Amino acid sequence: MLTPEEQREIEEETAHFPVRRAACIDALRVVQKHRGWVSDDAVRDIAEFLGTSSDDIDSIATFYNLIFRKPVGRHVIMICDSVSCWVMGYDKMRDHLKARLGVEVGQTTSDGRFTLLPVVCLGACDRAPTMIVDGQLHANLDPQKIDEILERYK
Amino acid sequence: MSKIFVDKKAYEVNPKQNLLEACLGHGLDLPYFCWHPAMGSVGACRQCAVKVYRDENDTRGRIVMACMTPITENMLVSIQDPEVKDFRAGIIEGLMMSHPHDCPVCDEGGECHLQDMTVMSGHNYRRYEFRKRTFRNQYLGPLLNHEMNRCIQCYRCTRFYNEYAGGKDFGPQVLRNLVYFGRAEDGVLENEFSGNLVEVCPTGVFTDKTLKQHYTRKWDLQMAPTVCAHCALGCNTTAGERYGTLRRIVNRYNSQVNGYFLCDRGRFGYEHVNSARRIRSARARRDGQLADIPKAEALDRFSSFAAAGKMIGIGSPRSSLEANFALRALVGPENFYAGISDAAHRLLGEMLAILRQGPAPASLLQIEHADAALVLGEDVTNVAPRMALTLRQTVRQVWLDKAEKMRIPRWQDHAVRELAQKDHGPLFVASPYATRLDDVATETHRAAPDDIARLGFAVAHILDSASPEVPGLPEPVRAQAERIAKALQEAARPAVVSGVSTGSVAVVRAAADVARALAKAGKPVAFALAMEEMNSLGLAMMEPKPLGEALEAARRGDAQTVVVLENDLYRRAPAETVDALIGAAAHVVVLDSLEGRTTEKAELLLPSTPFAEADGTVVSSEGRAQRFFRVYPPPGDIQDAWRWLADVLGLLTRPEGLSWKNLDDLVEAVARTFPALERIRDAAPRASFRIAGAKIPRQPHRYSGRTSMLANIAVSEPKPPEDPDSALSFTMEGAPVEPPAALQPFFWTGGWNSIQSVNKFQEEIAGPLRGGDAGVRLIEPAAGSAPGYLNTVPAAFTPRSAEWLVVARHHIFGSEELSANAPAIAELSPKPYVALGAEDAASLGAAEGAAVEVKLEGGSARLPLRIESGLPRGVAALPAGLGPLDGITLPIWGRIELTR
Ligand code: SF4
Ligand code: SF4
Ligand code: FES
Ligand code: FES
Repeated sequence: MLTPEEQREIEEETAHFPVRRAACIDALRVVQKHRGWVSDDAVRDIAEFLGTSSDDIDSIATFYNLIFRKPVGRHVIMICDSVSCWVMGYDKMRDHLKARLGVEVGQTTSDGRFTLLPVVCLGACDRAPTMIVDGQLHANLDPQKIDEILERYK
Repeated sequence: MSKIFVDKKAYEVNPKQNLLEACLGHGLDLPYFCWHPAMGSVGACRQCAVKVYRDENDTRGRIVMACMTPITENMLVSIQDPEVKDFRAGIIEGLMMSHPHDCPVCDEGGECHLQDMTVMSGHNYRRYEFRKRTFRNQYLGPLLNHEMNRCIQCYRCTRFYNEYAGGKDFGPQVLRNLVYFGRAEDGVLENEFSGNLVEVCPTGVFTDKTLKQHYTRKWDLQMAPTVCAHCALGCNTTAGERYGTLRRIVNRYNSQVNGYFLCDRGRFGYEHVNSARRIRSARARRDGQLADIPKAEALDRFSSFAAAGKMIGIGSPRSSLEANFALRALVGPENFYAGISDAAHRLLGEMLAILRQGPAPASLLQIEHADAALVLGEDVTNVAPRMALTLRQTVRQVWLDKAEKMRIPRWQDHAVRELAQKDHGPLFVASPYATRLDDVATETHRAAPDDIARLGFAVAHILDSASPEVPGLPEPVRAQAERIAKALQEAARPAVVSGVSTGSVAVVRAAADVARALAKAGKPVAFALAMEEMNSLGLAMMEPKPLGEALEAARRGDAQTVVVLENDLYRRAPAETVDALIGAAAHVVVLDSLEGRTTEKAELLLPSTPFAEADGTVVSSEGRAQRFFRVYPPPGDIQDAWRWLADVLGLLTRPEGLSWKNLDDLVEAVARTFPALERIRDAAPRASFRIAGAKIPRQPHRYSGRTSMLANIAVSEPKPPEDPDSALSFTMEGAPVEPPAALQPFFWTGGWNSIQSVNKFQEEIAGPLRGGDAGVRLIEPAAGSAPGYLNTVPAAFTPRSAEWLVVARHHIFGSEELSANAPAIAELSPKPYVALGAEDAASLGAAEGAAVEVKLEGGSARLPLRIESGLPRGVAALPAGLGPLDGITLPIWGRIELTR
């Protein structure tokens, strides 16, 4: 079941489009904002709310890599693996994160605190290497700076 | 016509087609994946690349996708240019990167478009040496197998399933090299046309699960052209056999009828032929039990009955004209009765009369091209399924027309869909219950049959005030009739569809009046009446007497022997009536292929042939006479019903019996007896037809094992069976030339092993087969004759207090007798039920699933209640042809009570 709050927010989004179904991306974002990820049940509920089928919603939900169809940790780290960051030492940053968190890219720490994911160019190539944590950009990374940043997310 | 130059050679092409279609239409080999002749182009796969040149001086040219390129006059094209050949080889190499290359264990192997295109593109060695992406497959129900690793991401499946067929429970997921085509969750595919994915998917992702149970490669199948036996539309099919069992059905292209697609009942209903309940030898009753007897003894007994007294024959709408005719000849025209209920007989007679006066019955192609449609009282998806797929395209015509005006070619599939968005042209569906076309309907109308008829008559009256007025029409209905009339009036090519669903003569008459009013206004109206069985119309054209009179004859003692032709009478009349008929006769002879309630009552049972073992002619609801041919000789003593009857006539030394040597003789006799059936002679070439002195082989040139497949019985290769009835042979030798369409045993040509080779057999892509499509139309009313109106407006429906009008509700899976015997179809068939609207259920105090007692004249039964919110008050529905009350003719008033 979508919560009344989710329903209200999605309803607002539908006002921007001539057909309800067009609000599906926003609906997915609303649900993810509240729950961290989008479950099968949520896909079904969104489909019903927008008057379409689960298959329809799922084809959109699975298309976007920033819509999570599996549970994630409390904080999501997305490290840039595109060209500039790669030139500037992305792999060292990645390995440092993996070692610190004890996970592979794509995994969540056993305490549920962090999920580590790759992401494409964040548009901050001039300050490579970069990563995003919970939507906040962190640039000019080095291992020490990464450690400090992680401390801020409990 | 335009002229284009391909690799310096000039070709005349249709300027409305795209460059790929133009090239394929001229037999040029240009590989493609995403384009489909019925679904148009999206330019997704990039496989059909060619070069076009600005002018003669342009030596470099530019690479374009042929399927996305319109024809221009004198355009210069190259398929063979090395650069573009290289480009195509690169594309297919990319598409094939993660393909498992598991052809030996893939059901598509040997008839795979991907194999064909790979060979054609010259991609012979794989260079990719990394891990391939792999997927988990889904359970999709009893009809289709899913093997996603083989996918090349052409998107044809979703374009067919979701866009063309209107399916909701399927789609593409994820992106990049991980794109996945399936359902959100495992489960049975809901769409009634899902089986077409077998042919639409160019790879082995979707394959026929019923074929898998007895798998045989295409090259090992003995095949013949046949006609679907599971409704009256007469879709053309190809059936394949190996080792005496029927292995599968695929589509057989006919531009006027089924085009490229079948419904799932037609594709998967074939397994009744392989049923354990097949009757394999003659049987006679001894000490109350049916026991096998030799053929000669069976014939002796049969002819002795003929000598003993009066004989009556009960014909069948699922038997060929020839079989019905032979029975009619044996018993005499005055003793030949229709094997359908009297109500169905009346309705069918009415429909035939209406069609004969006009408008003429429309082909499915005509209906597809209509730009507005009224479906009056017909549950199209469940009675004439393929027509529902057609109507889904009908609603797109408005936008296709608009696109054309905006200079967007009709084949530009996604451009046209973008233009239309979710909008579609006018379609009005009037039915007592929700239908599977409601999602594309502009408006629906839920009412009892009489009120549906009134709506129709009201529309006709608005269109032409010379047609009768409907008194006392409620204002909302009148307003709706206005809207419907307006939409039909504004359409350039309106369609009107009705049929047997409601069982109401008034509904069919109302539809006819609407069609006639439109015709009178000068519109080219596409008018179609849906019927239930393969030869419903053909039976009506032979003018049998009503079944009820057979009972009277038996009561009078005028029926010492009753001969029942391929018919379960317990589906046609209440058990009591059938028992009375059978009880009054001294001898009961039944000819049929499957054991059933009627065969159990026989004194003499003769094994006849199901469609795959039979030859004959049937008349579709379009009035199209089509011949079907046996795929393999019937085993043992099984023979065509008409042969059994001809044998008896022979023993009785009746002249017919002595002169009927093969099917052609029967065809000739039918044509001579019934002027209306005269043209059935032209439905297919005669048995004496030869190409270069040879018959047409049913087996492909790669048919394997013929010298050894019977080696367990005898080491020398047996002589192939003769086929006296057709120009087809049971061998691989024969004319390597293209036969006339009616004799086309399968589509296959050099380099094109898959069913997509049909491209090579058409006059132009998606046009008629060369030499003309199969079948002849029999009902063409005289041009210029304007039939009058039928003027029979019924009174408005009034619900009764403790009774309901029980209507039939047809089910694509389960309502049709033969296909219901195919295990995969049986699995999808609903369980018996009775349906009521929500208010009526509440007034009964019954909840969904509650046990209720249904009491009808002719029988009663306890059934679970199904609540269908759309059903009008006072109307209940029973599933047609299945459940304990299947012999009772609906609609009928009856009582429904909550079981205490
Ligand atoms: S499943 Fe078949 S039809 Fe669908 S995209 Fe893949 S190859 Fe094409
Ligand atoms: S629509 Fe009718 S004739 Fe065509 S495939 Fe289906 S059942 Fe057979
Ligand atoms: S490549 Fe990492 S921010 Fe652009
Ligand atoms: S067939 Fe032309 S791009 Fe796919």
